[in-house]
Amino acid sequence: MNDKRDHIIPDSLTTPLSDLDVSDPRRFEQDCWQPLFRRLRAESPVHFQASSPAGPFWSITRFDDIVEIEKNTQIFSSEPTIAIVDPPPDRGSLMFIAMDQPEHDIQRRAVQPVVAPKNLREFETLIRQRTGEALDALPIGEVFDWVELVSRNLTTQMLATLFDFPWQLRHKLSEWSDAITSDERMTAGRGLTEDQRLDVIMEILEVFTRLWHERAGDGVESFDLIRLLQRDAHTANLVNDPKNYIGNLILLIVGGNDTTRNSMSGGVLFLNDFPEQFERVKADRSLIPSMVSEIIRFQTPLSHMRRTVTQDTDFKGHRMKAGDKVVLWYCSANRDELVIPNADRFLIDRSGVRNHAAFGFGIHRCMGNRLAEMQLRIVWEEALKRFATIEVVTPPTRLCHNFVRGYSHMPVRVQRH
Amino acid sequence: MPVIKFIEFDGTTHEVDADEGMSVMEVAMKYDVPGIDADCGGGAVCGTCHCFVEKSAGSLPTVDPQEESMLGLRPDRESNSRLSCQLQVSNSIGDMTVKLPEFQM
Repeated sequence: MNDKRDHIIPDSLTTPLSDLDVSDPRRFEQDCWQPLFRRLRAESPVHFQASSPAGPFWSITRFDDIVEIEKNTQIFSSEPTIAIVDPPPDRGSLMFIAMDQPEHDIQRRAVQPVVAPKNLREFETLIRQRTGEALDALPIGEVFDWVELVSRNLTTQMLATLFDFPWQLRHKLSEWSDAITSDERMTAGRGLTEDQRLDVIMEILEVFTRLWHERAGDGVESFDLIRLLQRDAHTANLVNDPKNYIGNLILLIVGGNDTTRNSMSGGVLFLNDFPEQFERVKADRSLIPSMVSEIIRFQTPLSHMRRTVTQDTDFKGHRMKAGDKVVLWYCSANRDELVIPNADRFLIDRSGVRNHAAFGFGIHRCMGNRLAEMQLRIVWEEALKRFATIEVVTPPTRLCHNFVRGYSHMPVRVQRH
Repeated sequence: MPVIKFIEFDGTTHEVDADEGMSVMEVAMKYDVPGIDADCGGGAVCGTCHCFVEKSAGSLPTVDPQEESMLGLRPDRESNSRLSCQLQVSNSIGDMTVKLPEFQM
Protein backbone atom coordinates (compact mmCIF):
# COMPACT_ATOMS: atom_id res chain seq x y z
CA MET A 1 0.00 0.00 0.00
CA ASN A 2 2.91 2.30 0.69
CA ASP A 3 3.83 2.53 -2.96
CA LYS A 4 0.42 3.87 -3.93
CA ARG A 5 1.32 7.43 -3.16
CA ASP A 6 3.82 7.52 -6.01
CA HIS A 7 1.33 6.51 -8.65
CA ILE A 8 -0.88 8.86 -10.57
CA ILE A 9 -4.54 8.74 -9.57
CA PRO A 10 -6.50 7.11 -12.42
CA ASP A 11 -8.80 9.51 -14.25
CA SER A 12 -12.24 9.37 -12.64
CA LEU A 13 -14.22 9.83 -15.84
CA THR A 14 -12.39 7.71 -18.44
CA THR A 15 -11.19 4.73 -16.38
CA PRO A 16 -13.61 1.77 -16.14
CA LEU A 17 -15.36 1.99 -12.77
CA SER A 18 -14.15 -1.50 -11.93
CA ASP A 19 -10.56 -0.24 -12.04
CA LEU A 20 -11.09 2.66 -9.65
CA ASP A 21 -10.52 2.62 -5.89
CA VAL A 22 -13.32 4.76 -4.50
CA SER A 23 -11.50 4.92 -1.16
CA ASP A 24 -8.25 6.34 -2.57
CA PRO A 25 -7.42 9.08 -0.06
CA ARG A 26 -5.41 11.07 -2.56
CA ARG A 27 -8.58 12.20 -4.32
CA PHE A 28 -9.52 14.01 -1.14
CA GLU A 29 -6.03 15.37 -0.69
CA GLN A 30 -6.09 16.81 -4.21
CA ASP A 31 -9.73 17.85 -3.97
CA CYS A 32 -10.60 15.94 -7.15
CA TRP A 33 -13.10 13.53 -5.57
CA GLN A 34 -16.27 15.15 -6.94
CA PRO A 35 -16.24 13.79 -10.55
CA LEU A 36 -15.92 10.17 -9.43
CA PHE A 37 -18.77 10.47 -6.98
CA ARG A 38 -20.93 12.30 -9.52
CA ARG A 39 -20.28 9.43 -11.90
CA LEU A 40 -21.11 6.82 -9.28
CA ARG A 41 -24.38 8.56 -8.38
CA ALA A 42 -25.36 8.51 -12.06
CA GLU A 43 -23.98 5.18 -13.26
CA SER A 44 -23.60 2.92 -10.25
CA PRO A 45 -25.17 4.34 -7.09
CA VAL A 46 -24.89 0.96 -5.36
CA HIS A 47 -21.39 0.05 -6.41
CA PHE A 48 -19.36 -3.02 -5.56
CA GLN A 49 -15.58 -2.73 -5.56
CA ALA A 50 -13.91 -6.14 -5.55
CA SER A 51 -10.59 -5.06 -4.08
CA SER A 52 -9.08 -2.15 -2.18
CA PRO A 53 -6.39 -1.72 0.49
CA ALA A 54 -9.19 -2.47 2.98
CA GLY A 55 -10.69 -5.33 0.99
CA PRO A 56 -13.92 -5.41 -1.04
CA PHE A 57 -16.71 -2.99 -0.20
CA TRP A 58 -19.94 -1.47 -1.48
CA SER A 59 -20.16 2.28 -2.09
CA ILE A 60 -23.51 3.99 -1.55
CA THR A 61 -23.45 7.48 -3.01
CA ARG A 62 -27.04 8.75 -3.22
CA PHE A 63 -28.64 10.69 -0.37
CA ASP A 64 -31.89 8.70 -0.19
CA ASP A 65 -30.15 5.32 -0.33
CA ILE A 66 -27.95 6.33 2.60
CA VAL A 67 -30.98 7.33 4.65
CA GLU A 68 -32.65 4.02 3.87
CA ILE A 69 -29.62 2.00 4.97
CA GLU A 70 -29.12 4.01 8.14
CA LYS A 71 -32.70 3.28 9.17
CA ASN A 72 -32.21 -0.44 8.76
CA THR A 73 -29.88 -1.11 11.66
CA GLN A 74 -30.87 -4.78 11.85
CA ILE A 75 -29.39 -5.59 8.46
CA PHE A 76 -26.76 -2.86 8.35
CA SER A 77 -24.82 -3.12 11.58
CA SER A 78 -22.40 -0.55 13.00
CA GLU A 79 -20.34 -3.34 14.51
CA PRO A 80 -17.45 -3.95 14.54
CA THR A 81 -16.45 -0.52 13.24
CA ILE A 82 -17.64 2.49 11.24
CA ALA A 83 -14.69 3.13 8.93
CA ILE A 84 -13.61 1.14 5.89
CA VAL A 85 -10.65 -0.48 7.61
CA ASP A 86 -11.28 -3.18 10.20
CA PRO A 87 -10.10 -3.00 13.82
CA PRO A 88 -7.76 -5.71 15.12
CA PRO A 89 -9.80 -8.91 15.49
CA ASP A 90 -9.47 -9.11 19.29
CA ARG A 91 -10.48 -5.54 20.08
CA GLY A 92 -14.22 -5.50 19.43
CA SER A 93 -16.36 -2.40 19.72
CA LEU A 94 -15.01 0.28 22.00
CA MET A 95 -17.35 3.09 21.23
CA PHE A 96 -21.09 3.29 21.04
CA ILE A 97 -20.82 4.71 17.52
CA ALA A 98 -19.69 1.17 16.62
CA MET A 99 -22.35 -0.65 18.64
CA ASP A 100 -25.86 -1.74 17.80
CA GLN A 101 -28.99 -1.53 19.92
CA PRO A 102 -29.57 -1.97 22.80
CA GLU A 103 -26.02 -1.35 24.13
CA HIS A 104 -25.57 1.67 21.86
CA ASP A 105 -28.61 3.41 23.28
CA ILE A 106 -27.62 2.81 26.90
CA GLN A 107 -24.17 4.26 26.44
CA ARG A 108 -25.24 7.15 24.25
CA ARG A 109 -27.98 8.19 26.63
CA ALA A 110 -25.43 8.45 29.43
CA VAL A 111 -23.14 10.92 27.67
CA GLN A 112 -25.72 12.74 25.55
CA PRO A 113 -26.62 15.28 28.28
CA VAL A 114 -23.14 16.82 28.07
CA VAL A 115 -23.91 18.09 24.57
CA ALA A 116 -27.61 18.84 25.05
CA PRO A 117 -28.34 22.49 24.24
CA LYS A 118 -29.41 23.03 27.84
CA ASN A 119 -25.92 22.08 29.05
CA LEU A 120 -24.21 23.93 26.21
CA ARG A 121 -25.74 27.19 27.38
CA GLU A 122 -23.66 26.79 30.55
CA PHE A 123 -20.55 26.90 28.39
CA GLU A 124 -21.49 29.51 25.78
CA THR A 125 -20.23 32.60 27.63
CA LEU A 126 -16.91 30.99 28.41
CA ILE A 127 -16.47 29.68 24.89
CA ARG A 128 -17.31 33.09 23.43
CA GLN A 129 -14.82 34.82 25.69
CA ARG A 130 -12.05 32.37 24.81
CA THR A 131 -12.88 32.64 21.11
CA GLY A 132 -12.66 36.42 21.32
CA GLU A 133 -9.28 36.23 23.02
CA ALA A 134 -7.89 33.88 20.38
CA LEU A 135 -9.13 36.10 17.55
CA ASP A 136 -7.77 39.25 19.22
CA ALA A 137 -4.34 37.62 19.36
CA LEU A 138 -4.14 37.05 15.59
CA PRO A 139 -1.55 39.05 13.64
CA ILE A 140 -3.18 41.75 11.48
CA GLY A 141 -2.10 42.14 7.88
CA GLU A 142 0.37 39.26 8.08
CA VAL A 143 0.04 35.76 6.66
CA PHE A 144 -0.65 33.09 9.29
CA ASP A 145 -2.04 29.55 9.38
CA TRP A 146 -5.77 29.66 10.15
CA VAL A 147 -5.76 25.92 10.88
CA GLU A 148 -3.18 26.28 13.61
CA LEU A 149 -4.06 29.60 15.24
CA VAL A 150 -7.82 29.45 14.93
CA SER A 151 -9.35 26.08 14.08
CA ARG A 152 -7.03 23.80 16.01
CA ASN A 153 -6.57 26.26 18.83
CA LEU A 154 -10.28 26.88 19.38
CA THR A 155 -11.54 23.33 19.05
CA THR A 156 -8.86 22.19 21.48
CA GLN A 157 -9.86 24.91 23.93
CA MET A 158 -13.51 24.04 23.64
CA LEU A 159 -12.89 20.35 24.15
CA ALA A 160 -10.75 21.14 27.19
CA THR A 161 -13.61 23.29 28.47
CA LEU A 162 -16.13 20.46 28.08
CA PHE A 163 -13.83 17.96 29.79
CA ASP A 164 -12.59 20.55 32.31
CA PHE A 165 -9.24 19.21 31.17
CA PRO A 166 -6.01 20.59 32.73
CA TRP A 167 -5.60 23.80 30.74
CA GLN A 168 -1.84 23.64 30.25
CA LEU A 169 -2.07 20.11 28.85
CA ARG A 170 -4.92 20.81 26.44
CA HIS A 171 -2.67 20.48 23.35
CA LYS A 172 -2.68 16.77 24.18
CA LEU A 173 -6.33 16.53 23.18
CA SER A 174 -5.72 17.53 19.57
CA GLU A 175 -2.53 15.49 19.37
CA TRP A 176 -4.44 12.44 20.53
CA SER A 177 -7.25 13.10 18.10
CA ASP A 178 -4.82 13.36 15.20
CA ALA A 179 -2.99 10.22 16.26
CA ILE A 180 -6.12 8.11 16.57
CA THR A 181 -7.45 9.01 13.13
CA SER A 182 -4.01 8.74 11.58
CA ASP A 183 -4.32 5.11 10.56
CA GLU A 184 -1.80 4.12 7.91
CA ARG A 185 -4.48 2.12 6.15
CA MET A 186 -6.64 5.20 5.59
CA THR A 187 -3.90 7.59 4.58
CA ALA A 188 -2.07 5.90 1.71
CA GLY A 189 0.54 4.65 4.17
CA ARG A 190 1.35 7.97 5.85
CA GLY A 191 -0.23 7.37 9.25
CA LEU A 192 0.63 5.47 12.41
CA THR A 193 0.86 1.72 12.83
CA GLU A 194 -1.58 -0.17 15.03
CA ASP A 195 1.03 -0.43 17.81
CA GLN A 196 1.74 3.28 17.77
CA ARG A 197 -1.94 4.01 17.98
CA LEU A 198 -2.32 1.60 20.87
CA ASP A 199 0.38 3.53 22.79
CA VAL A 200 -1.64 6.71 22.36
CA ILE A 201 -4.80 4.98 23.52
CA MET A 202 -3.03 3.77 26.68
CA GLU A 203 -1.80 7.29 27.41
CA ILE A 204 -5.32 8.68 27.08
CA LEU A 205 -6.62 6.00 29.41
CA GLU A 206 -3.95 6.74 32.01
CA VAL A 207 -4.59 10.50 32.05
CA PHE A 208 -8.37 10.17 32.14
CA THR A 209 -8.32 7.45 34.78
CA ARG A 210 -6.34 9.83 36.99
CA LEU A 211 -8.78 12.67 36.31
CA TRP A 212 -11.71 10.39 37.14
CA HIS A 213 -10.30 9.44 40.53
CA GLU A 214 -9.37 13.02 41.35
CA ARG A 215 -12.94 14.12 40.70
CA ALA A 216 -14.87 11.16 42.11
CA GLY A 217 -17.00 12.31 45.01
CA ASP A 218 -15.49 15.82 45.15
CA GLY A 219 -19.00 17.28 45.04
CA VAL A 220 -18.03 20.02 42.59
CA GLU A 221 -21.09 21.36 40.74
CA SER A 222 -19.67 21.07 37.27
CA PHE A 223 -21.17 20.17 33.93
CA ASP A 224 -17.97 18.65 32.60
CA LEU A 225 -18.15 15.30 30.90
CA ILE A 226 -16.35 13.28 33.55
CA ARG A 227 -18.55 14.47 36.40
CA LEU A 228 -21.65 13.96 34.26
CA LEU A 229 -20.60 10.35 33.73
CA GLN A 230 -19.98 9.97 37.44
CA ARG A 231 -23.44 11.33 38.28
CA ASP A 232 -25.32 9.05 35.84
CA ALA A 233 -26.30 5.71 37.36
CA HIS A 234 -25.50 3.84 34.13
CA THR A 235 -21.95 5.15 33.93
CA ALA A 236 -21.07 5.88 37.57
CA ASN A 237 -18.54 3.02 37.55
CA LEU A 238 -17.40 3.42 33.97
CA VAL A 239 -13.79 3.82 35.07
CA ASN A 240 -13.82 0.17 36.14
CA ASP A 241 -14.63 -0.81 32.58
CA PRO A 242 -11.57 0.66 30.85
CA LYS A 243 -12.54 -0.58 27.41
CA ASN A 244 -15.82 1.29 27.45
CA TYR A 245 -14.39 4.32 29.26
CA ILE A 246 -11.64 4.78 26.70
CA GLY A 247 -14.08 4.10 23.89
CA ASN A 248 -16.36 6.91 24.99
CA LEU A 249 -13.44 9.26 25.52
CA ILE A 250 -11.97 8.60 22.10
CA LEU A 251 -15.33 9.08 20.50
CA LEU A 252 -15.74 12.48 22.16
CA ILE A 253 -12.13 13.54 21.58
CA VAL A 254 -12.17 12.65 17.91
CA GLY A 255 -15.81 13.49 17.33
CA GLY A 256 -15.44 16.89 18.92
CA ASN A 257 -12.11 17.79 17.40
CA ASP A 258 -11.30 17.03 13.79
CA THR A 259 -14.82 17.56 12.58
CA THR A 260 -15.39 21.04 13.98
CA ARG A 261 -11.79 22.03 13.33
CA ASN A 262 -12.05 21.23 9.65
CA SER A 263 -15.44 22.89 9.30
CA MET A 264 -13.96 25.99 10.92
CA SER A 265 -11.25 26.06 8.26
CA GLY A 266 -13.57 25.06 5.44
CA GLY A 267 -15.85 28.01 6.07
CA VAL A 268 -13.02 30.46 5.42
CA LEU A 269 -12.19 28.72 2.17
CA PHE A 270 -15.80 28.62 0.96
CA LEU A 271 -16.33 32.31 1.71
CA ASN A 272 -13.23 33.03 -0.37
CA ASP A 273 -14.38 30.77 -3.20
CA PHE A 274 -17.85 32.34 -3.15
CA PRO A 275 -17.08 35.98 -2.31
CA GLU A 276 -20.64 37.17 -2.96
CA GLN A 277 -21.74 34.95 -0.07
CA PHE A 278 -19.08 36.55 2.12
CA GLU A 279 -20.47 40.00 1.29
CA ARG A 280 -23.98 38.84 2.15
CA VAL A 281 -23.14 37.50 5.59
CA LYS A 282 -21.05 40.57 6.38
CA ALA A 283 -24.06 42.73 5.53
CA ASP A 284 -26.50 40.53 7.47
CA ARG A 285 -25.09 38.57 10.36
CA SER A 286 -28.46 37.00 11.11
CA LEU A 287 -27.52 34.64 8.26
CA ILE A 288 -24.77 33.09 10.39
CA PRO A 289 -26.79 30.13 11.78
CA SER A 290 -27.93 29.15 8.31
CA MET A 291 -24.41 29.67 6.95
CA VAL A 292 -23.08 27.31 9.62
CA SER A 293 -25.31 24.49 8.34
CA GLU A 294 -24.20 25.20 4.79
CA ILE A 295 -20.52 25.14 5.83
CA ILE A 296 -21.04 21.76 7.47
CA ARG A 297 -22.75 20.40 4.35
CA PHE A 298 -20.10 21.76 2.02
CA GLN A 299 -17.23 20.50 4.16
CA THR A 300 -18.76 17.15 5.22
CA PRO A 301 -15.87 16.67 7.67
CA LEU A 302 -16.31 12.90 7.80
CA SER A 303 -16.49 11.53 4.27
CA HIS A 304 -18.23 8.30 5.17
CA MET A 305 -19.56 5.86 7.72
CA ARG A 306 -19.43 2.15 7.16
CA ARG A 307 -21.98 -0.53 7.96
CA THR A 308 -21.57 -4.30 7.86
CA VAL A 309 -24.27 -6.58 6.45
CA THR A 310 -25.61 -9.01 9.08
CA GLN A 311 -27.51 -11.35 6.75
CA ASP A 312 -27.77 -11.85 3.00
CA THR A 313 -30.03 -9.16 1.62
CA ASP A 314 -31.14 -7.44 -1.57
CA PHE A 315 -30.66 -3.73 -1.82
CA LYS A 316 -31.91 -1.95 -4.96
CA GLY A 317 -31.48 -5.13 -6.98
CA HIS A 318 -28.02 -5.92 -5.65
CA ARG A 319 -27.29 -9.06 -3.68
CA MET A 320 -25.33 -8.20 -0.54
CA LYS A 321 -23.87 -11.00 1.55
CA ALA A 322 -23.50 -11.29 5.30
CA GLY A 323 -20.19 -9.71 6.25
CA ASP A 324 -20.05 -7.31 3.30
CA LYS A 325 -18.84 -3.81 4.04
CA VAL A 326 -21.17 -1.02 2.96
CA VAL A 327 -19.68 2.45 2.83
CA LEU A 328 -22.10 5.38 3.04
CA TRP A 329 -20.42 8.32 1.34
CA TYR A 330 -21.83 11.39 3.10
CA CYS A 331 -19.64 13.67 1.00
CA SER A 332 -21.43 12.38 -2.09
CA ALA A 333 -24.93 12.54 -0.55
CA ASN A 334 -24.28 16.20 0.19
CA ARG A 335 -23.69 16.86 -3.52
CA ASP A 336 -26.66 14.77 -4.70
CA GLU A 337 -28.68 17.00 -7.01
CA LEU A 338 -31.69 14.72 -6.67
CA VAL A 339 -32.10 16.07 -3.14
CA ILE A 340 -30.03 19.26 -2.98
CA PRO A 341 -30.48 21.61 -5.95
CA ASN A 342 -27.29 23.38 -7.13
CA ALA A 343 -25.42 21.16 -4.70
CA ASP A 344 -21.99 22.30 -5.87
CA ARG A 345 -22.83 25.90 -5.00
CA PHE A 346 -22.20 27.27 -1.52
CA LEU A 347 -25.40 29.17 -0.70
CA ILE A 348 -25.61 30.41 2.86
CA ASP A 349 -29.38 30.78 2.92
CA ARG A 350 -30.47 27.86 0.78
CA SER A 351 -33.89 26.47 1.55
CA GLY A 352 -33.79 23.34 3.71
CA VAL A 353 -30.24 24.20 4.69
CA ARG A 354 -30.35 21.92 7.74
CA ASN A 355 -31.36 18.95 5.63
CA HIS A 356 -27.85 17.70 4.83
CA ALA A 357 -26.14 14.34 5.37
CA ALA A 358 -23.00 15.42 7.22
CA PHE A 359 -24.34 14.34 10.63
CA GLY A 360 -25.68 11.03 9.37
CA PHE A 361 -29.19 9.77 10.11
CA GLY A 362 -30.95 7.48 12.52
CA ILE A 363 -29.74 6.33 15.91
CA HIS A 364 -26.09 7.05 15.11
CA ARG A 365 -26.73 10.61 13.99
CA CYS A 366 -23.98 12.89 15.29
CA MET A 367 -24.56 13.41 18.98
CA GLY A 368 -22.49 16.60 19.15
CA ASN A 369 -24.22 18.37 16.27
CA ARG A 370 -25.59 21.18 18.42
CA LEU A 371 -22.18 21.71 20.00
CA ALA A 372 -20.53 21.87 16.58
CA GLU A 373 -23.11 24.35 15.36
CA MET A 374 -22.69 26.48 18.45
CA GLN A 375 -18.91 26.55 18.14
CA LEU A 376 -19.03 27.53 14.49
CA ARG A 377 -21.70 30.14 15.12
CA ILE A 378 -19.65 31.77 17.87
CA VAL A 379 -16.49 31.79 15.75
CA TRP A 380 -18.27 33.51 12.88
CA GLU A 381 -20.11 35.97 15.10
CA GLU A 382 -16.88 36.97 16.78
CA ALA A 383 -14.78 36.93 13.59
CA LEU A 384 -17.21 39.13 11.65
CA LYS A 385 -17.29 41.62 14.53
CA ARG A 386 -13.55 42.04 14.20
CA PHE A 387 -12.46 41.42 10.64
CA ALA A 388 -13.41 43.18 7.42
CA THR A 389 -11.52 40.60 5.34
CA ILE A 390 -10.26 37.06 5.83
CA GLU A 391 -8.30 36.27 2.71
CA VAL A 392 -6.96 32.82 1.83
CA VAL A 393 -3.61 33.78 0.27
CA THR A 394 -2.51 30.40 -1.14
CA PRO A 395 -4.51 27.19 -1.58
CA PRO A 396 -4.78 25.11 1.60
CA THR A 397 -3.01 21.81 2.18
CA ARG A 398 -5.58 19.04 2.50
CA LEU A 399 -5.37 15.79 4.44
CA CYS A 400 -4.57 12.62 2.54
CA HIS A 401 -7.32 10.67 4.30
CA ASN A 402 -10.42 8.81 3.22
CA PHE A 403 -12.36 9.31 6.46
CA VAL A 404 -11.46 12.72 7.88
CA ARG A 405 -11.91 15.47 5.30
CA GLY A 406 -9.89 18.46 6.24
CA TYR A 407 -6.87 20.69 6.09
CA SER A 408 -3.43 20.70 7.64
CA HIS A 409 -2.61 24.30 6.64
CA MET A 410 -4.54 27.28 5.35
CA PRO A 411 -2.51 30.48 4.95
CA VAL A 412 -4.71 33.55 5.46
CA ARG A 413 -4.43 37.28 6.08
CA VAL A 414 -6.99 39.26 8.05
CA GLN A 415 -7.74 42.97 8.23
CA ARG A 416 -9.70 44.63 11.00
CA HIS A 417 -12.73 46.80 10.44
CA MET B 1 -59.96 22.22 9.39
CA PRO B 2 -58.32 20.95 12.59
CA VAL B 3 -56.77 23.52 14.91
CA ILE B 4 -53.35 22.84 16.42
CA LYS B 5 -52.27 24.72 19.49
CA PHE B 6 -48.48 24.79 19.86
CA ILE B 7 -47.11 25.76 23.27
CA GLU B 8 -43.46 26.77 23.30
CA PHE B 9 -41.27 25.85 26.26
CA ASP B 10 -41.58 29.42 27.59
CA GLY B 11 -45.38 29.22 27.40
CA THR B 12 -45.89 31.26 24.22
CA THR B 13 -48.81 29.76 22.33
CA HIS B 14 -49.61 29.64 18.63
CA GLU B 15 -53.02 28.47 17.46
CA VAL B 16 -53.12 27.65 13.78
CA ASP B 17 -55.50 26.09 11.27
CA ALA B 18 -53.82 22.94 9.99
CA ASP B 19 -54.21 21.57 6.49
CA GLU B 20 -55.25 17.96 6.32
CA GLY B 21 -52.48 15.75 4.95
CA MET B 22 -49.65 17.86 6.30
CA SER B 23 -47.65 16.59 9.24
CA VAL B 24 -47.70 18.48 12.51
CA MET B 25 -44.01 19.26 11.86
CA GLU B 26 -44.86 20.76 8.47
CA VAL B 27 -47.61 22.85 10.02
CA ALA B 28 -45.14 24.23 12.57
CA MET B 29 -42.65 25.05 9.80
CA LYS B 30 -45.37 26.66 7.64
CA TYR B 31 -46.35 29.03 10.43
CA ASP B 32 -42.78 29.62 11.68
CA VAL B 33 -43.52 28.21 15.10
CA PRO B 34 -40.13 28.20 16.88
CA GLY B 35 -38.94 25.10 18.70
CA ILE B 36 -39.02 22.51 15.93
CA ASP B 37 -35.87 22.08 13.85
CA ALA B 38 -36.82 19.18 11.54
CA ASP B 39 -33.24 18.64 10.40
CA CYS B 40 -34.02 15.58 8.29
CA GLY B 41 -37.09 17.06 6.67
CA GLY B 42 -39.59 14.45 7.83
CA GLY B 43 -38.02 11.00 7.68
CA ALA B 44 -38.01 10.17 11.41
CA VAL B 45 -34.22 9.89 11.22
CA CYS B 46 -33.03 12.94 13.18
CA GLY B 47 -35.33 13.35 16.17
CA THR B 48 -35.33 17.16 16.02
CA CYS B 49 -39.09 17.63 15.67
CA HIS B 50 -39.76 16.10 19.08
CA CYS B 51 -42.92 17.30 20.81
CA PHE B 52 -45.27 16.33 23.61
CA VAL B 53 -48.88 15.74 22.63
CA GLU B 54 -50.93 17.12 25.52
CA LYS B 55 -54.34 16.59 23.96
CA SER B 56 -55.85 15.27 20.79
CA ALA B 57 -59.52 14.97 19.86
CA GLY B 58 -59.08 11.58 18.21
CA SER B 59 -56.54 8.86 18.86
CA LEU B 60 -53.02 9.05 17.46
CA PRO B 61 -51.29 6.47 15.27
CA THR B 62 -49.01 4.14 17.19
CA VAL B 63 -45.29 4.82 17.44
CA ASP B 64 -43.48 2.69 14.86
CA PRO B 65 -40.05 1.13 15.54
CA GLN B 66 -38.13 3.87 13.70
CA GLU B 67 -39.84 6.64 15.65
CA GLU B 68 -39.33 4.66 18.84
CA SER B 69 -35.60 4.36 18.12
CA MET B 70 -35.21 8.10 17.74
CA LEU B 71 -37.43 9.01 20.70
CA GLY B 72 -35.50 6.54 22.81
CA LEU B 73 -32.39 8.68 22.55
CA ARG B 74 -34.06 11.87 23.77
CA PRO B 75 -32.90 12.78 27.26
CA ASP B 76 -36.23 14.56 27.86
CA ARG B 77 -38.50 11.80 26.64
CA GLU B 78 -41.96 11.52 28.22
CA SER B 79 -44.81 9.07 27.75
CA ASN B 80 -46.51 11.56 25.38
CA SER B 81 -43.37 12.20 23.34
CA ARG B 82 -43.79 12.04 19.57
CA LEU B 83 -41.91 13.04 16.47
CA SER B 84 -44.19 15.64 14.95
CA CYS B 85 -43.17 14.59 11.44
CA GLN B 86 -44.92 11.27 12.05
CA LEU B 87 -48.29 12.82 12.96
CA GLN B 88 -50.48 13.53 9.95
CA VAL B 89 -53.16 16.13 10.44
CA SER B 90 -56.56 14.59 9.83
CA ASN B 91 -60.18 15.13 10.70
CA SER B 92 -60.19 11.85 12.57
CA ILE B 93 -57.44 13.04 14.93
CA GLY B 94 -58.91 16.53 14.91
CA ASP B 95 -57.70 19.37 17.13
CA MET B 96 -54.44 18.91 19.01
CA THR B 97 -52.48 20.63 21.74
CA VAL B 98 -48.76 20.12 21.33
CA LYS B 99 -46.08 21.25 23.77
CA LEU B 100 -42.58 21.89 22.48
CA PRO B 101 -39.46 20.82 24.36
CA GLU B 102 -36.78 23.07 25.81
CA PHE B 103 -34.39 22.10 23.01
CA GLN B 104 -34.02 19.83 20.01
CA MET B 105 -30.95 17.69 19.43
